[in-house]
Amino acid sequence: MSRDRTIPVLAAVCAVLLGAAPLAPQWLVFLLALALAKGLVVLGLVLLMRTGLVSFGQGLYFGLGAYAAALLAHRAGLADAALMIVAGTAVAAAVAAILGLLLARYREIFFAMLSLAFSMILYGLLVKSSTLGSTDGFNLHAKSFAGVALAAGSERRAFYAVSVLLVFCIAWLLHRYLASHWGRLSAAIRDNELRVEYLGASVYRVVYLNYVAAGALAGMGGAFAALAVGHVDPETAYWTTSGEFVFIAILGGTGNVMAPFLSAAIFEGLRTIANQYAPNVWQMSLGLAMLAIIMFLPGGLWTLVRRRGAA
Amino acid sequence: MSVILVAEGLHKNFGAVSAACDISLSFERDSVVSLIGANGAGKTTFLNMVTGYLKPDRGSIRCDGRELTKRSPREITGFGICRSFQIPQLFHSLSVRENLLVAEGIAAAERVEEATDAVLERFGLAPYAERPAGLLPEGIRKLLDVALALVAKPRILLLDEPTSGVAADEKFGIMDLVMGAVRGAGVTVLFVEHDMDIVSRYAARVVAFYDGRVIADGAPASVLDDAEVRRYVIGEAPDDAA
Repeated sequence: MSRDRTIPVLAAVCAVLLGAAPLAPQWLVFLLALALAKGLVVLGLVLLMRTGLVSFGQGLYFGLGAYAAALLAHRAGLADAALMIVAGTAVAAAVAAILGLLLARYREIFFAMLSLAFSMILYGLLVKSSTLGSTDGFNLHAKSFAGVALAAGSERRAFYAVSVLLVFCIAWLLHRYLASHWGRLSAAIRDNELRVEYLGASVYRVVYLNYVAAGALAGMGGAFAALAVGHVDPETAYWTTSGEFVFIAILGGTGNVMAPFLSAAIFEGLRTIANQYAPNVWQMSLGLAMLAIIMFLPGGLWTLVRRRGAA
Repeated sequence: MSVILVAEGLHKNFGAVSAACDISLSFERDSVVSLIGANGAGKTTFLNMVTGYLKPDRGSIRCDGRELTKRSPREITGFGICRSFQIPQLFHSLSVRENLLVAEGIAAAERVEEATDAVLERFGLAPYAERPAGLLPEGIRKLLDVALALVAKPRILLLDEPTSGVAADEKFGIMDLVMGAVRGAGVTVLFVEHDMDIVSRYAARVVAFYDGRVIADGAPASVLDDAEVRRYVIGEAPDDAA
């Protein structure tokens, strides 16, 4: 049995990312911050995929997290980034806790389509709401983090550094969770729900908990993305955003907690380059990349990392 | 010996087909009972009703006086009634060890790893411990399926054709392992079986089903010698049975 080096490698990568915070150019900090935010959403998606469920509606919680964080600053005047992240996570978790009561009963295409339907309801509400900026959305600006005032121009680097630390903690926790009884139980549910019930465990309870956790992670990712971009709009809840998360999850694979962040970084990097040099055909190149992944690396890009580690 | 499981007046129809028609049976604690019958006779339907997979149209099933018929499989497992399946129900992407770890974790074993190692050894599964369950030979799949059912230390163990699909020379080995694991633990074992050698060797009582009804119930020798059983279950021509 090979030794699990996930946590040491994760710690080393996070240390490098943290070290780069004051040195990296602004565009790279922005790109990495966005990749980390989306990686958090995809990490939740991976948790659901472990139980055999694919959500095409994580945009719902991503959007809720982004808007909750933004509204706290914009409407309540509480422009503290830590509070905004907590609010985004809490609102998304609360909504997931309610919708999860229904969605945890569904499987396969019904789960996928129901989750998509809920995200599109939010999108519709945001688009029609003039008080929330309708299709244009609105800007946000955090002035402090946990009570510490942020110097003008340094905000994004600060949010990025915080997101690196938080990603490390969450990925570590989730890695432990997946290696625990509950993680194995999730995989067991994906393989054979009937047997899990006959062994005496509640499939519904495990699916529900994973769903709420995935919602909370998506909300946190939404809040981080809003802070990084400084703007929210209904696109955050649109189905193409949810599809993007599924794309990143498949691109990276579900083999390791680092895979979502690796694939999110590759995705954002590719998109930035493609937007620059081939703005009209970049979606096509993504489609071809997805085709290649499904055909040659069905376990995602993480398969390459695993093969290299095994060699 | 006291009665642990009682089924009274069970009826179950699938459209025009009657899978259970007025089935009334009781089972004593620490007994080994074999359920026999041709395919479609109602044996598995009976097990499915006891374990909550199917709800009877009429009748009741009680375990130690507690009604089971409206309960879910999970609740019934909580009463100490566990089962294995005709087609092994495993977690195919997980290794044999992980399959057992899942079961031990659900059963809330105190030392999960040690308990898992003990089961691997007891069932001779240690050489396959790291192999994915989906890649196991049929006999080992059956063993793992039975081992999973035993992890929760059931009071009643239901085995649905534990030796079907297994090579002839492995059948007795599987049954010896299962009986060895439950011996002295006060477990009531009900097993569905088509192999009459297995039935006569391991069962203290045999219940024969035909067309959703119980046609014989008693000691193995008398049931296997019953004319109706010889005709409808064993498949002998009427002249041979006479």
